[in-house]
Amino acid sequence: MPATLPAGPGVGFKPEHFDAILADEASPLSFVEIHAENYMGDGGRPHAQLAMLRERFALSVHGVGLSIGGETLDAAHLARLRRLIDRYRPESFSEHLAWSTHEGAFFNDLLPLPYTRETLARVAGHISRVQDTLGRRMLLENPSTYVRFAESTIREVDFLGALVARTGCGLLLDVNNVFVSAVNHGTDARAYLADFPFEAVGEIHLGGHDEDADETGAPLLIDAHGSPVADPVWTLFVEVIARTGPLPSLIEWDNDVPEWPILRAEAARAGTVLARHLRSRAA
Amino acid sequence: MSGFAIFAAGLTAPERRPPAGLAGPSERRFAVYRNNVAVGLIRALETRFPAVRSLVGEEFFGAMARDFIRSHPPASPVLAGFGDELPGFLAGFEPAADLPYLADIARIEAARTRAYHAADLARLDASVFAALPPDALERLRITLHPAATVVRSIHPVWDILAAASGAGDVTEWTPQAVLIDRPHLDVVMRPLPVGTAAFLAALAADAPLGDAATSASAADPAFNPTAALLDLIGGALAIQIHLPEESLT
Repeated sequence: MPATLPAGPGVGFKPEHFDAILADEASPLSFVEIHAENYMGDGGRPHAQLAMLRERFALSVHGVGLSIGGETLDAAHLARLRRLIDRYRPESFSEHLAWSTHEGAFFNDLLPLPYTRETLARVAGHISRVQDTLGRRMLLENPSTYVRFAESTIREVDFLGALVARTGCGLLLDVNNVFVSAVNHGTDARAYLADFPFEAVGEIHLGGHDEDADETGAPLLIDAHGSPVADPVWTLFVEVIARTGPLPSLIEWDNDVPEWPILRAEAARAGTVLARHLRSRAA
Repeated sequence: MSGFAIFAAGLTAPERRPPAGLAGPSERRFAVYRNNVAVGLIRALETRFPAVRSLVGEEFFGAMARDFIRSHPPASPVLAGFGDELPGFLAGFEPAADLPYLADIARIEAARTRAYHAADLARLDASVFAALPPDALERLRITLHPAATVVRSIHPVWDILAAASGAGDVTEWTPQAVLIDRPHLDVVMRPLPVGTAAFLAALAADAPLGDAATSASAADPAFNPTAALLDLIGGALAIQIHLPEESLT
């Protein structure tokens, strides 16, 4: 069983930050996370950079293309993932409760699925196959969603809890996704979190969202990862950590990527929250 | 049709209504997914094909990309390979018929991404060639490094590339060729004499070195075998050499 991620701050790695991250003598980072699909080429700079990052930091490999929520798993992609995991032996592997491929066409987005007994059985089967193939436990991330399905019969938190019970997987709690989905569907983020299976959480994600509205004027938040973490998301994060204690906590900033000091400051802010709870537990 | 199939069909068809079975008002909400798919994939093509984009302009590129995405959706979640079919698509793309060089520019840009991600394989240095018996050279077959690609065109593609990035002009409409390679971590490109390009293309197609030189002379009367060998050996383009009777590496 590989070691787990340290309960400190991390960032989603962007190649434009490579030099700054390695030159940062007082780095606040406990780990870095990469998107698996960006490191599935044969060689060149992506692997050269990843090998150097791996020497210095704990590593989280985060998949964005496995389509675990879809009708079928892509065996060729799972094999690529296994090669990547075997090569870098990351502390964590995670993927999404979502789908992105249908009948061989990849849509490059995390698409929603109905929560029913049928989809639960299928997703559980996919998670088990992933864990068997990779020879490790994986973390599954709660999605941000813009639509809901009339046929859904299971609450998302119960769906996630049932997947944990059936497969032994862990969860990646994306606090921004909780907030975005709650606003979009007119539900209460705190009520969602009150029922969240925290004992399974192995990592936290924090990211920025954009604000829009639907055709009725109702707020529509977009999980855009192109801005700082919003204040209400920081507040929820503090509440989660007060309940769970420190957890590996990652800032995601994938679009309109800022200069390193700005992203670093976001990670340091997460680190401050984690450190405060370490101290209060020790006291 | 399953719920997934209906949802998927709506993602790349802007004229469609949101799929049935969504709860509540869903026009704008479903449009977020549709927009994410289009923007993400168009951006992937823009990143890979900046010169094509610069030559046709943003608006034309966006419309062309949407057509391409509908007919050639990514077949893999590894987007580094997305757009491998764009050169062929552009060659038959009626609205771009008055830019006949566009497909070759796309071939160069597609090769650049492949070079960026190519395997880190050791290259043969000049001493390997120097150690060969003199009569062996023309029977030699050569495996080029997977990062190395030669693109030959009947159009002045090197000058067009320079013009697309604002760094030059097309002065004479003559055939040109480009070598794309990645000596270490950075991809480099340079123009090749058309004879040298024919020579390297023949080697890449597994012709023995003597035959490759013959076809290069036919392609370019000014072909200079010594200069071409210097490009091949000095440029360390080879990773393996073979003689018919034995492998030398």
